[in-house]
Amino acid sequence: MRDAVARFVRDGDVVVIEGFTHLICFAAAHEIIRQRRRDLTLCRLTPDLIFDQLIAAGCARKLVFSWAGNPGVGSLHALRRAVEKGEPAPLELEEYSHFGMVARLAAGAANLPFWPLRNYRGSDLPSVNPHIRTVTCPYTGEELATVPALRPDVTIVHAQRADESGNAQIWGLYGVQKEAAFAARRVIVVVEEIVPESVVRADPNRTVFPGFIVDAVVCEPWGAHPSYAQGYYDRDNDYYVAWEEISRDRQRLEAWLAEFVHGVSGRAQYMEKLGPGLRERLSAKPRVSSGVNYGF
Amino acid sequence: MACAAARELRDGDVVFVGIGLPNLACNLARATHAPNLVLIYESGAVGAVPERLPVSIGDPALVTDSLAVASMAEVFQSYLQGGRIQVGFLGGAQIDRFANINSTVIGPYDRPKVRLPGSGGACEIAIHAERVVVVAPLSARSFPAEVDFITSPGQANKYGTREQLRLPGKGPVRVVTDVGVLEPSAQDGELELVGVYAGIDPDDVKGLVGWPLRIRSEVERLRPPSKEELRLLREVLDPHHLYLQKQ
Repeated sequence: MRDAVARFVRDGDVVVIEGFTHLICFAAAHEIIRQRRRDLTLCRLTPDLIFDQLIAAGCARKLVFSWAGNPGVGSLHALRRAVEKGEPAPLELEEYSHFGMVARLAAGAANLPFWPLRNYRGSDLPSVNPHIRTVTCPYTGEELATVPALRPDVTIVHAQRADESGNAQIWGLYGVQKEAAFAARRVIVVVEEIVPESVVRADPNRTVFPGFIVDAVVCEPWGAHPSYAQGYYDRDNDYYVAWEEISRDRQRLEAWLAEFVHGVSGRAQYMEKLGPGLRERLSAKPRVSSGVNYGF
Repeated sequence: MACAAARELRDGDVVFVGIGLPNLACNLARATHAPNLVLIYESGAVGAVPERLPVSIGDPALVTDSLAVASMAEVFQSYLQGGRIQVGFLGGAQIDRFANINSTVIGPYDRPKVRLPGSGGACEIAIHAERVVVVAPLSARSFPAEVDFITSPGQANKYGTREQLRLPGKGPVRVVTDVGVLEPSAQDGELELVGVYAGIDPDDVKGLVGWPLRIRSEVERLRPPSKEELRLLREVLDPHHLYLQKQ
């Protein structure tokens, strides 16, 4: 992870770390904080705790998003401090809806300049975001909303497994992982396990993107904690609740970063610090799918 | 409120479910009068049958035993924009006279008094779902005459009526609150009181919104929750009172 971030994430980059509730790569964000990257433009549908932590650590210059809260709990306090008080640094916001963000990544993945959608009529969103525009359909004359392509410098995707070349397989919620990877100039894939290529080839429908678009493959078990990896571990909902208290107070949040991010060398030590009870509490129960016949 | 919201759903509806009370209402409806309800979550779970109450909209329990898992591009493009969703549930910090919904900011956008989470999928749900049910407790603060920011269009606003804007869905058709139910009038789309819970005087509801509230000539007395609905809510669906108030 250290090498992948050192090589592929640079100061000033447009960075996407996706995963909708599922497969959010906290391990990568913590490494970015440890390596003290600066002036990043962070893009995610739901900034979640992962971007709250990056903002608190002073890595971000700008946030591009569509829903900024702590799901089921409340606010993202580091984000709010940055927006409302400019602490630790002012943060520029660029705001869409989920559909808009999805469409931006779809355009980026398809190498198109924009994506048309039937949306935003009657909403104030275009009045505060000049990038939401309109186009006249050349076939029907209908006016459609448009959003510009998002082409991240780097996308970091967490997946359940990949082979050594980065052929990555995901099951459970996909979010926008596929579009985010194809849209990016550089792709880092982080997985719970590295498997032989034959495992990928035995079930090719589960592959969300191929290794030939991937620049780095990192094996980082529990790398998505406190989010989850279907079939590996559950979401740590208690942690999301605890974040409300930790993040409310700036000093307490800085102490947390010092202990759990700067104070560890990587994910393995982070997991050691959280103790063996965590694995017991969150490890997934088996619910195995029977598979299909790929024969001909 | 959860029961009243559940009763808005018809058996066989395809419903776009939000987290919180809507989630509880949908699962209650599925356990009672609407066993064939199809729950779709914006995270991509289609036909979800969660065996525990999901804490988040992307809970792993939504995937296990679901009918399909869609990417979010499919959810928004093919399911929602494709016109396959009958009911969308929305909440919001502010709901106005014409059912416009604000979940973005209180105060001016550039200098907000309170920065709220933002649209998420709300804007497109309000535009595309065949009908939208809004669920929110009633108070003058949260029901002003005009919202500070229109995140999701209601029946009419400064940009025009739904018809003028050619929005595909009917928009908010019912607003379920903690004292009763509001509905847009057929004439101008303004929300008016159409039902109250037992023990609520319709005239007392007038002071709870920020505009002169019209009361429909025959206000419906909403049926209280049955013993079975209460049992399901308290013992089966939300035993830890994640969403229900502590008793």
